[in-house]
Amino acid sequence: MKPRYQALALFAVAIVLPLIFNNGSFVNFLTDAGAFVLLALGLNIVVGFAGLLDLGYAAFFAIGSYSFAMLASPQFGIHIPFWIMLFLASGIAAVFGILLGAPTLRLRGDYLAIVTLGFGEIVPQTFLNLSQWTGGPNGISSLDQPTFFGYRFGFAVLPYYYVMLALIAFAILAATNLRSSRLGRAWMAIREDELAAAHMGINTTTTKLSAFALGASFSGLAGVAYGAKLQLVSPDQFQFNVSVTILAMLVLGGMGNIPGVILGSLVISSLDRFILPQATNFLHGVFHLDIDLTNSRFMIYGVILVLMMLFRPEGLLPSRQRAAELRPAESDPGLAAQEQALYNEVTR
Amino acid sequence: MDVILQQLINGLSLGGIYALIALGYTMVYGIIELINFAHGDIYTLGTFFSLAVLTLLGVSGELHGWPLVGTAILTIFVAMLLCGITGVLVERLAYRRLRNAPRLAPLITAIGMSFILENIMQYWRGPSPVPFPEVFPNPSFHIGTVDIAAKQIFVVLLAVVMMIVLQLFIYNTKLGKAMRATAQDRDAAQLMGVNINTMIMLTFLIGSALAGAAGFVSGVYYGSTWFFNGFAAGLKAFTAAVLGGIGNLAGAMLGGFLIGLIEALTTQFISDQWSNVVVFSVLVLVLIFRPSGLLGESLPNKV
Repeated sequence: MKPRYQALALFAVAIVLPLIFNNGSFVNFLTDAGAFVLLALGLNIVVGFAGLLDLGYAAFFAIGSYSFAMLASPQFGIHIPFWIMLFLASGIAAVFGILLGAPTLRLRGDYLAIVTLGFGEIVPQTFLNLSQWTGGPNGISSLDQPTFFGYRFGFAVLPYYYVMLALIAFAILAATNLRSSRLGRAWMAIREDELAAAHMGINTTTTKLSAFALGASFSGLAGVAYGAKLQLVSPDQFQFNVSVTILAMLVLGGMGNIPGVILGSLVISSLDRFILPQATNFLHGVFHLDIDLTNSRFMIYGVILVLMMLFRPEGLLPSRQRAAELRPAESDPGLAAQEQALYNEVTR
Repeated sequence: MDVILQQLINGLSLGGIYALIALGYTMVYGIIELINFAHGDIYTLGTFFSLAVLTLLGVSGELHGWPLVGTAILTIFVAMLLCGITGVLVERLAYRRLRNAPRLAPLITAIGMSFILENIMQYWRGPSPVPFPEVFPNPSFHIGTVDIAAKQIFVVLLAVVMMIVLQLFIYNTKLGKAMRATAQDRDAAQLMGVNINTMIMLTFLIGSALAGAAGFVSGVYYGSTWFFNGFAAGLKAFTAAVLGGIGNLAGAMLGGFLIGLIEALTTQFISDQWSNVVVFSVLVLVLIFRPSGLLGESLPNKV
């Protein structure tokens, strides 16, 4: 089956899934997981496609959420419709991506990682401190509920689920098309060898900047949808942990590969919500051990990051090209096969 | 004016802690060009190790005279040793295999190690702040209208002494020379018979041991710690290393004291809430306008 039909089949499943398992908390979980799929797809553009390590991605998520919270809530009495906010917030996030990227993208990769990390600390702290506008630690609540041709979304989670699904479909389409576009190929060239790419006539600064801006705009979408669903934003939703969680999704699934990234984010989300609580109950019930594994989620993310990078840096579902790059070139027969794979990928 | 002087003193002692941590960042970066993300957590481990030693010795309050000196030396020594071993283990487990991998790879494992260490500390001592005994007597010296606490003098002295010993070691011993050679050109050093694995281990040992000393000092200085302490402190110390010029030992020291001053002055004149924002903004600005730092040389692009 062609990948396109596989994707359509999976989407058909995703559409009927909440109708079959019509259970509020399950649909709620799927919607939250959807927000993280969106975030992972956005971070994938920056880290996976362009190879720029962004450790403060949650900051853009925060900017998207707070734009929605300030422009569509009783906070200032401004009520811009949800659908317009989707565009507006992703635009605002993209502008901040450019503002952060423009001066810093000349830096070497690891410095860039630290600058983005610093930015990721500054943004939530600023939202926390500017309490006269942002509500400080309490955040902003009772955000506007979206309406769709007169239908008011209310508090039921199902409509938000379908919005999230539509956004994911859009994001996948956008990311797939970007990947094979001139811009996408320029990102990959930079990721592989920045100096060589520059010598081939790629303007590395604007190319990297566009990766930052486009990646940030995805998190703007996620921020609006997540904020509308939760009806609340507060600074503690956007800590460093969130950025690392999204990074772990990418590393687990496979940086640079869209199906891999989606798989990674779904695995981590369900680990968080189902597997760890179940395992805790299992340990308690069967072995009478009182270990709360849900407190260990960041330990587990840390272990995932270390083990994956050491033993399978290309992720569970790798893109062939990324696998060839991330494997150190030590075994010659393998290298030939990888180069062949790379060649196939490029000429496909 | 008095307020400024007082904050200068506070900033210097705060800066002593950052300087000790920054030395570890700068040494590791100098030798394998890796931002050792777990370094801040090794510093926090240093505080917890010191606390464990003090508990074993049954120390819970002020000490005077020789018992104070003996306890301090013993505690620092054990904390440095255990942190040094931890640092070497982290390098062996998470970084060595990736020495020839793309630069992104060890950076990601470093973040992973940082999370793992934080969680281990959380299991060990719980999620809330843990008090650290006030071992230092607290006579303040009054000079004019400025107060200087004994522990503040101790912090600055310790940082300066460690720095001098480190400089002597790096520039006046054969091992130090081998370390510098490894930092300069790993392959050439290996051809000259330097065992580069040993040198990299030694770098992690010394850098992490200095973080361990900083951990003890921080316990004495702040009177408490918690498992997540190393995240912000590590980031600030990294800022210090970059500000001074990464790879440059004297630069790390200078950067540490400067960051301490900036933090103290921000706390005094703007507010406590903004000190992190100001320090990280300094980091961003330095990286943009002078990425080689105050004392560093600019690095050419490697092909």
